[in-house]
This record gives sequence, C-alpha cells and structure tokens, in this order.
Amino acid sequence: MTQEKMRINRRQFVVGAATTGLGLSIGFAIPAASQQAFGDNKKGPLTPEVNAWVVIDADETVTIRIARSEMGQGTLTGLAQLVAEELECNWDNVSWEYPTPGENLRRDRVWQSFGTGGSRGIRGSHQYVREGGAMAREMLIAAAAQQWKVDAADCVAANSIITHKPSGKTTSFGKVAGLAGTLVPPAEVTLKDPKDWKVVGKPKKRLDTLEKLTGKQVYGADMMLPGMLNASIKKCPVHGGKLISFDAEAVLSMPGVKSVVAVGDNAVAVVASTWWRANKALDALPISWDKGENVNVSSASIDEFLQEGLTADNTFVGNKVGDVSAGLKNAAKTYTADYSYPYQNHAPMEPMNATAVWTKDRCEVWCPTQNGESALAAAISASELPAENCDVHKLSLGGGFGRRGAADFVTQAVLIAKTLPGTPVKLLWTREEDMLQGMFHPVTKARMTAGLDDDGNLDALHMRISGQSILATLMPQAIENNDGMDPVVFQAMAPEGDHAISYTVPDLLVDHAMRNTHITPGFWRGVNVNQNAIYMECFMDEVAHETGQDALAFRQKAMTQHPLALAVLNKAASMAGWGKPAEEGRHLGLAVCKAFGSYVAACAEVSVDDGELTIHRIFAATDPGYAVNPQQIEAQVSGSFVYGLSAMLYGECTVKDGEIEQQNFHQYPSLKMAKMPHVETAVMPSGGFWGGVGEPTIAVAAPAVLNAIFAATGKRIRHLPLKDQSLA
Amino acid sequence: MAKLTVNGEIIDVEVEVGTPLLWVIREQIGLTGTKYACGIAQCGACTVHIDGRAVRSCVYPASSVSADQKITTIEGLSDDGSHPVQQAWAELDTPQCGYCQPGMIMASAALLSSTPNPSDEDINTQITNICRCGTFQRVREGIHLAVEITNKSATKA
Repeated sequence: MTQEKMRINRRQFVVGAATTGLGLSIGFAIPAASQQAFGDNKKGPLTPEVNAWVVIDADETVTIRIARSEMGQGTLTGLAQLVAEELECNWDNVSWEYPTPGENLRRDRVWQSFGTGGSRGIRGSHQYVREGGAMAREMLIAAAAQQWKVDAADCVAANSIITHKPSGKTTSFGKVAGLAGTLVPPAEVTLKDPKDWKVVGKPKKRLDTLEKLTGKQVYGADMMLPGMLNASIKKCPVHGGKLISFDAEAVLSMPGVKSVVAVGDNAVAVVASTWWRANKALDALPISWDKGENVNVSSASIDEFLQEGLTADNTFVGNKVGDVSAGLKNAAKTYTADYSYPYQNHAPMEPMNATAVWTKDRCEVWCPTQNGESALAAAISASELPAENCDVHKLSLGGGFGRRGAADFVTQAVLIAKTLPGTPVKLLWTREEDMLQGMFHPVTKARMTAGLDDDGNLDALHMRISGQSILATLMPQAIENNDGMDPVVFQAMAPEGDHAISYTVPDLLVDHAMRNTHITPGFWRGVNVNQNAIYMECFMDEVAHETGQDALAFRQKAMTQHPLALAVLNKAASMAGWGKPAEEGRHLGLAVCKAFGSYVAACAEVSVDDGELTIHRIFAATDPGYAVNPQQIEAQVSGSFVYGLSAMLYGECTVKDGEIEQQNFHQYPSLKMAKMPHVETAVMPSGGFWGGVGEPTIAVAAPAVLNAIFAATGKRIRHLPLKDQSLA
Repeated sequence: MAKLTVNGEIIDVEVEVGTPLLWVIREQIGLTGTKYACGIAQCGACTVHIDGRAVRSCVYPASSVSADQKITTIEGLSDDGSHPVQQAWAELDTPQCGYCQPGMIMASAALLSSTPNPSDEDINTQITNICRCGTFQRVREGIHLAVEITNKSATKA
C-alpha cells in the first residue's frame, strides 16, 4: 500500500465515523472524489493513539495530528516535521490527519489553538508539538523496555526502530505502539539541539501534494453527502443592511428548487438539488433590501473622511521616541509626502462555503476554515445546541489569506440546514458574493514627515496613519483594555517585538487617527504590515533621493541597531548587484521590514519602456530564525510576490452607493504568468527565534518595485494600485 | 437525456439549457477535480480538454458538446498521476493550496500537446490561469521539466 493510500484511508475513517454518528449511511451514493474523502468506513475502530499528536499503526504508518489548517502555506508538512524530528520516526511512513475542534473541546484543548493566521502555524506551536513528539518517543521506548524487561535508559529510538544498546535487540514503533499508548507520559522531555536536527531544516517534500495533482483532493466546495442539497446565498450588498422581503413564489417552480429561506436578518438563500439550479433561481429571485444608513457612502466620501485624519488632533500613539515636534523644528531639512492604500479583497480561488447538517440533537459542519474552533463556536451558536452536540470537520482550503479565519459562512450554512432537519446542505458562495461580502484589507492613508540633519541623517520622523482599525470592528473587546488603541495598525512600526520598526530614529512618532467605515475590514495576508511597509520604505527611498544619498547607504546608517534586518537588506541588495553597473534600462529598488517575527528584504529589478512596466527579477532574503522547510519557505516567498504585486498592480475595491463595486476577476485582476518575475530567494536562518513565513515577504514586494519604478522613471507612485496610472 | 464522453466513458446526463459543462461534470457526473472559482472564464480553474483542446468549462454550455467529442478532466488525464505534467509538478512540489492546480495542469498539458517544447514566451501567452497562492515560478519550471520527462521516456521507448 502506498503512503498516499494509507493517508487517505485514515482520514476517510475520521470523516466517516463522524458522519455515521448522525445515522447517515455512507458509501454507495457518494460520487467519485468525495468517495475518496469518506471511504467505506471498513477500517474498524481507530488505532489507539500513543498520545494526542501521534498514532502509529501496526503497519508502521505514523499519523501525526495537525491542529492548524493547511491552506497552501505548507504548515502541515512543517508541523509534521517538528513532531517527527523528536519522535525519531521514519519520515517516509509519515501521514497526517486533522483532529476536530469538538475533540479538542472534549479533551481540554489538548491540541491547543486551531487558529491559523498571523503566520503563527509553526512559530506559535513549535514548542508543544515537538514536546508531543518527544513524549511519544519516550513512551514507545518505555513500552519496548517493559516488554524486554530492560532499563529504558539503555534503549534508543531512530527511524521508527527501538534498539536495546547492551543486547542489540530491536523492535519497531508499530509493534509497541499499542502498549505505549497505555503508559503514563513522562513528566518532562528534553528537546533536541537544533544542530542535531535530521528532518527539521531539510527541504522535505510536502505531505499533501499528490492528491492535488489528480483531482482527488476534496475541498470544502467539493463536499458531497448522500441526500445533500445545495444552497446559494445573497447577503445585503451594503454591509450592515438588512433583508426586507423576497418573492419565493417567483422561483419555487424552477427546476430542482426546494426552498427559499431568509438567513438571519440580512441574507436570503435558495436551496435546490444542485448548486447550479440553486444559483440560477437565486439570480431570478426578487429581493428587497433595507440598505441602511450607509447607502450614500462612496470611495470619495471615505477618502475625504481619511484625509481629515491626517491632520486631526485626537490620535492613538503606537511608537514614540524623543520629541518629534522639536526634532522636526530643529531639522536642517524636512520633507513630507502623503500615501494611500485602497480596500482589497482576499479573493482565494475557492469561494467561501460550508456544508452543514442539523437535527434537534446534533449539528455537524464540514468546511475549509483557518480556525476550526471559531467555526465550531459559530456552529454551536447558530445551531442553538449544546457545545458537546456539535462538531466541525475541516476540509482542504482553496486558499485562505486571512478570509477563512472568520466563520460568517458557517453561521449561514447552519441557519440554512436548520430549516431542513436531517438533510445535509452545502452552501457555496458565488465569486460575486465572495467579492461583495469580503472582509477587506482596510483603507489607510499616511502622512510621512522626515527631518534630516546637515549630514543627511534621519533625525526625526512622524508617520501619521489615518484609517480603519480591524480590531475595532471585528474584536472590539480586544482593544477595550487598551483605551481603544489598535496595535495591529502599527505593525512593522512598533517599538519592539514581532513587528518592530527596522530603523533607529532619535525623534519618532507613529500615531493613528482611527477612521472606521461601514465596510467590514479583515485580516488580509500580511495585514497592516503591507500598507506600513509601502509608506515607510517608499518614503525612505524618497528622502534618500531628495538628499542625494544612496538608498541602501541611507538605510544602513539608521539600521546599526537592527543587525538582523540589516543582514537581509544587505543580502537582497548584494544578490541584485546593488551599486554595480546594471544592464541597460534595468533599475533596482529596495525594501526591508520585520514582520511576524521574521526579517525580510527584497530588491526588485525593473524596466519601463514607453510606460510599460516589466518586473524582471526579484531578489529576496528571509531570516525566519529557524527554517523548518527551506524549499517551502522559497515557495512562500515566491508566492508572496504574486500576492503582493497583484495588490500593487491591480488590487482595488471601490465603494459606490455603499456597495463594493468589483464583483469578479475581470474587475479585480490578479497577476498571471506573463507578469511573473523570476524570484531568487535566500533563506538565511540565523537561529535562536521562530519567525513566520507565510506573510512577511508580501510587504516588501510593492515598495521594492515602486522604488525601482522611481529609479527607472522618476515617478513616485504614492497611491495604489498602479493599473490606472501612467508611467510614460 | 444527453450523452457525454468523459474520460473514456459514455455517460447519460440531464442537461437543462444553458447549464455549463462545469456543473454537469461536478454535480451530475460527480467529478469534483474540475473547480468552480469565477464562473466567467477569467481564472481557468475549470479547465478541461475537449478533444485535447483546453476549454474553460464554466462558460461552455454542456449542450454544445456532442457524444463523439472526448472530454477529459483532471481525473482522466492519467490513470495514476503519471502524466509528465503531474510527474513534474510532484517533483517540484508545485501546488500550494492546490485549488487552481487541476486547471493549471490541464492547461499545461494542452499546451504541451500543441507545443511540445514551449518557450517562456509560449508559456506566458498560453498559461493565463489565476493562482492566488502564486505558484507561477514552479508552474513554469514544471512545464519545462515535463518536456524533459517526456523526452526521456521517448528515448527509453
């Protein structure tokens, strides 16, 4: 049996078992790919686990439980590497499965957080998952020692084999796993020294690639259950608006339509035999909305609202050093520029969806989610059932980028399923719904003011941010104790920590005039680092140019106290040949920042001919502290340029009559192959800390390219996106 | 009742006027490897082959496909994931979330059958699928690697 097959079978059972609990019979009626996901449930009871993280079958398959969600970022494989490293198992036999958030609840959160955001998958759980692997190893060794009646201290484990050193006797993990699971776990374990790592730090292949090549991978949108119905939904297109009424009679006779239901107080869904039929009927459904008080809001009115914040008196202070007013007053030269950043949608390839089945005493949900626990909380709340009667089964995510940390689609699916007790219903959003009902990368503006001394040193800097706070809308309780200040707004400009500013400025003020709109904001891959790095890194480039200084040397002078940030900047610059004669017509631009605990830099090489931009190459450097899987870090860095440059080139969601205007990829394009630069990545782990990888690089993509565009054209782009601006 | 030939099998389907091939493949035939992402032929996640030609099935009316035309979906590209494009993708760990990859793979396979040794420029003009994870660098490398794999197996044969 191939590894692939075993892996699928194991997950088949988990899903199958959960479903059987509802009294659904699984098997014959499930077509094709979904069959792979449910299986025939013949495997029998679950193999007893060694501990919460590790299950080992008699055939030596090692199944590692992964609590965080895999959405492309490779965290699944990285976390498995961390467990496997300490476990000392044979990597070739490693498989994986998701425990459910319901199991986590029942077991006192033995797997801790399921949250997969903020590039925290590995950096937030490396300690306890490694301990889980180490404990399982000790229990396996203890089991072998007990069977042999020898001292466990005389036994070692490697490659799934336990050896009794004095006698040379050996046994395998699979032979002692059953006994090991009955033993008391060790009170404490010692983790390996990173220099002894054999699996971590190596460019291992992903564990989840093969299903993605054959169409067998089951995403949320692919979910099928026997007797399942399909739903398509429309929520009030103006955020905060309500549903008044709809004319169900107008569509009930359309093919396959089963029902038309109000979903909460702001949405309506059509349920039909197939999704295509449901959506066709939804399109034909007369709906009346109360669009509420924001129906006259437009991009222009939002812009005006934020503009006022650039000079407002009442602000939150995110970083303050010295006295910026005095610093600017005493400066030999000052320089000011305003920047702005638009709303953007996450636009993951797979639109939001969830499948739910509800009975009066049970609710189960299958969905792609970045946070199984918040999805479960939504299911519990919407189902109005006790927590122990609900569970969520995570399915593969067709992208997340922060959007799937929310559970609005889970709530909707459960509310719809409640109207059809016992019948599974899959809710799938259209792309258009996904665009309109996004949780948008918030709008901000910034006024940057620098003061320089006679030698051109950056002595004073005031960064005034005006714009939306994500936390104020999504998690107001999180900022209550902070007098309403949202620290996320200051990412990459903070005094210290995971998002510390990369420069030392004697007189510094970074403050925020909070200007919230009715457009729902959200955590968008990279979050506020993206805006702030553009403001800061483009402005640094401006100041260097205005004072006749080299953009690298100018930064270096202010980075002596930031050696790790300086190291990645220098690396990216040297890879690109900064300071050396460039190829005819090619120009370079730099950017650096610290984000999500990692240090990242980029140097972009572009040319602009007759206003036509070509991004030829990007040289990127990343120091995540420990690099768990270097080849996956390279993939994340390369992909981050696609996400970041899509945003820079095209990413803009505008507001008219209170509604988001862009409805699909023709109005909200994404970078494609023809525009893809060649990305060269240096992964340079300096050790001693654990930084994130999925997000930081996005923030340096746009400023590096914008600075290179300036070098090529003399044009400063201070307002994104680039698509409607001339470079000629 | 209409007949479609999908992955070598002749299948009876109910096709209402205007139903795109994508939804017949996914919801009636149950082959969910072909993805819905935009519904307006912008992204290519729904790419299948009709007589070897890449088609965006989300806007292609099922009623316009006749039974003698051969539809191939990602599930039918090879029996066991051994198409050179699939092999190359596995070798390079190309997919990230993977949702766009069936379409990306079908588009790449169609490119290679019409242009056996595509230049980077051919790839730029022919591969117009959207991938929000941003796998393009490995997709490009993968297409070139698939050519090598094809040539190697031809030499062996």
